[in-house]
Amino acid sequence: MSAALRPQRGQLPDLSRVTAVDETGVEERVARFRTRSIKTSSKVEALKLVLSMIDLTTLEGQDTPGKVRQLCQKAIHLHDSMPGLPTVAAVCVYPTMVAVAKRALGEHRIAVASVATAFPSGMAPLKVKLDDTKAAVDAGADEIDMVISRGAFLQGDYGYVFDEIAAIKEACGDAHLKVILETGELSTLDNVRRASVLAMHAGADFIKTSTGKIQPAATMPVTLVMLQAIRDFHTETGRMIGMKPAGGISNSKLAIHYLVMLRETLGTAWMTPEWFRFGASSLANDVLMQLQKQATGVYQSADYFSLD
Amino acid sequence: MDTQVNKLAFDGGWQYAPAPESTDHVTVDERYGLFIDGEFAEPAGGKYFDTVNPATEERLSQVALATEADVDRAVAAARKAYEGPWSKMKPAERGKYVYRIARILQERAREFAVIESLDGGKPIRESRDVDIPLAAAHFFYYAGWADKLDYAYPGRRARPLGVAGQVIPWNFPLLMAAWKLAPALACGNTVVLKPAETTPLTALKLAEVVRDAGLPPGVVNIVTGAGDTGSAVVSHPGVDKVAFTGSTAVGRMIMKAVAGTGKKYTLELGGKAANVIFADAAIDQAVEGIVNGIFFNQGHVCCAGSRLLVQESVADEVVAKLKDRMATLIVGDPLDKNTDIGAINSQEQLGRIESYLKLGVDEGAEMFQASCPTPDRGYWCRPTIFTGVAQSNRIVQEEIFGPVLAIQTFRTLEEGIAKANNTPYGLSGGVWTDKGAKIFRMTQKVRAGVVWANTFNKFDPTSPFGGYKESGVGREGGLHGLGAYLSLES
Repeated sequence: MSAALRPQRGQLPDLSRVTAVDETGVEERVARFRTRSIKTSSKVEALKLVLSMIDLTTLEGQDTPGKVRQLCQKAIHLHDSMPGLPTVAAVCVYPTMVAVAKRALGEHRIAVASVATAFPSGMAPLKVKLDDTKAAVDAGADEIDMVISRGAFLQGDYGYVFDEIAAIKEACGDAHLKVILETGELSTLDNVRRASVLAMHAGADFIKTSTGKIQPAATMPVTLVMLQAIRDFHTETGRMIGMKPAGGISNSKLAIHYLVMLRETLGTAWMTPEWFRFGASSLANDVLMQLQKQATGVYQSADYFSLD
Repeated sequence: MDTQVNKLAFDGGWQYAPAPESTDHVTVDERYGLFIDGEFAEPAGGKYFDTVNPATEERLSQVALATEADVDRAVAAARKAYEGPWSKMKPAERGKYVYRIARILQERAREFAVIESLDGGKPIRESRDVDIPLAAAHFFYYAGWADKLDYAYPGRRARPLGVAGQVIPWNFPLLMAAWKLAPALACGNTVVLKPAETTPLTALKLAEVVRDAGLPPGVVNIVTGAGDTGSAVVSHPGVDKVAFTGSTAVGRMIMKAVAGTGKKYTLELGGKAANVIFADAAIDQAVEGIVNGIFFNQGHVCCAGSRLLVQESVADEVVAKLKDRMATLIVGDPLDKNTDIGAINSQEQLGRIESYLKLGVDEGAEMFQASCPTPDRGYWCRPTIFTGVAQSNRIVQEEIFGPVLAIQTFRTLEEGIAKANNTPYGLSGGVWTDKGAKIFRMTQKVRAGVVWANTFNKFDPTSPFGGYKESGVGREGGLHGLGAYLSLES
């Protein structure tokens, strides 16, 4: 993005033009996606695509360098006894673990994403959030997953939220910015839509549903509203924004329904890890189990798949 | 801005593999007789006609052609059953039979769904999720009324009318049979029902259900045939009540036929509903409502939202989004679980729709069709919208009964109402807005039997359904639907 196009603080979009969202209608549309029946070759293709879109995540206070190195191994070697598998898109860790992950992944083309900005609450002064971001970027993070200030958003202080995102974007430098809306705290789909528009105009490369620390995390209705916001932003500006539902997507069937929703809302251009990610820790093994079932006709016990 | 650059692409990439519903559990006989007096019988004239699968043009079965003599027999059987067990039975007992039909329908739901899709061309998703469950729900609902008629009409005595002659259309074959049979039976009437000639199979399967439920012979009689058979049913002197769902043209003929005979009648006829989208509506959900309003059941819906009235300031956005949505609609094999739009019900209907497509273009409207592929055999019509149409165009005024939408714009609420009402029909309407007050204004002013707000094509047995003006006379469903099958005495 050229300097002229870079979002400037105070350039809040006209949120009064953001279309209303009807919750019942959204749920009905989602129910339609869930009636799509994905079988045979189509299912195998989808499962592999899901694997390639995963941000393999560990975000625990008890994380250790050893745990992160294990996770990186898993990211590279999902299930080596099954040939032809992709790797996941990225590993997602706390800023203090970025350097460890970076080293562990070495030359592999798997990105390191780091949460930042006082994740998960975001309850810190802007200066602290900027330092947090810069630390992660300096340690080598390719992607930054920031959280918005939900308190300010709910107070109606959209200008603050906008400026904060724009400032973090600037601090990211070349790193991609994913903006976590934490939709579980936004209470209405109208707010989700508005926050999405705000984040995209402020410079988000991706918008992301949740930290995974708050329930509900990602849901299909919330993700649909965000995808529709991305579509309208694309129509308006020509720019593609990525989408990352995170938290709560732990089985293959649900993940495939997300792909159905993606395909029928944004079309084929978004059906790559460049534009769509799943933030998940346990999804990968369920997908592997399903792939094994498709190949052999029988389910294997969970013991045949490495935990991390 | 170069709009080409910002276009979404829905072609190519990851596709859905075929996911056909199994037909193993379904049996369709080579040939079906008439269901009269509790058993299947040969037609008096000995003639049969084919019923074909509109998705393959292959014959599914042969069905008896009922003549006047057959209708005579059916009406006589219905009369006997009425005088005999049915009208004298304790209402609670009567209710049990109707409940039994409902339960058997639920048990055999998959089989009914598959046959409905085979015979009529509608997608299995709809027959499975809408037609069959709603049909069972109608039987359940009216079964409950059977022994509570005194409470429905406090201080009055509700008595059945006698024999009801019922003629139903091909767009929702089993569901329309349920709409007709359930209230008639619950109120203590007996029935002669004629299903449409292109979709008789689920009605004949329903005859099996009626038999299995142990209803006394003659309470339900099902005669198959075309217009002549229907005419024989409604004009039969032994019929006390006529119920018809179908075209306005046939409805007029029926009204003439019953004039002066003292027969009670309900007619549920055509429509050309306006779906009105205001600028403050939840646009993405409204687009979904447009799709559901006009492309549901291939647009073979009398209450379809076939006219879109969209407020000027959001018209371009709505049309653009609608086109994107149309790109994801899957047209094809009705038995595939991913099919959104199935086959047009008959060659004749396809011809009618195609003549309207040509007419629309001739009238100067701009036609847009989804680019989806369609199978080689069978009767298919891609989802179609017309923009740049005028109120004076025939594609705006006449019922097409296909997946064809005419789009107009309006500026003010008053203009929206005026355009919505500027039609000889008045069956249904839709309003999409985020403002409650606007919903009330619209529902008060739009002259239609049903007006949906922020949704479309929602049906429930408890809700009355019927038309203003040329869309019909009387109401079906809910408490209102009971009245059509009763005489009230004080």
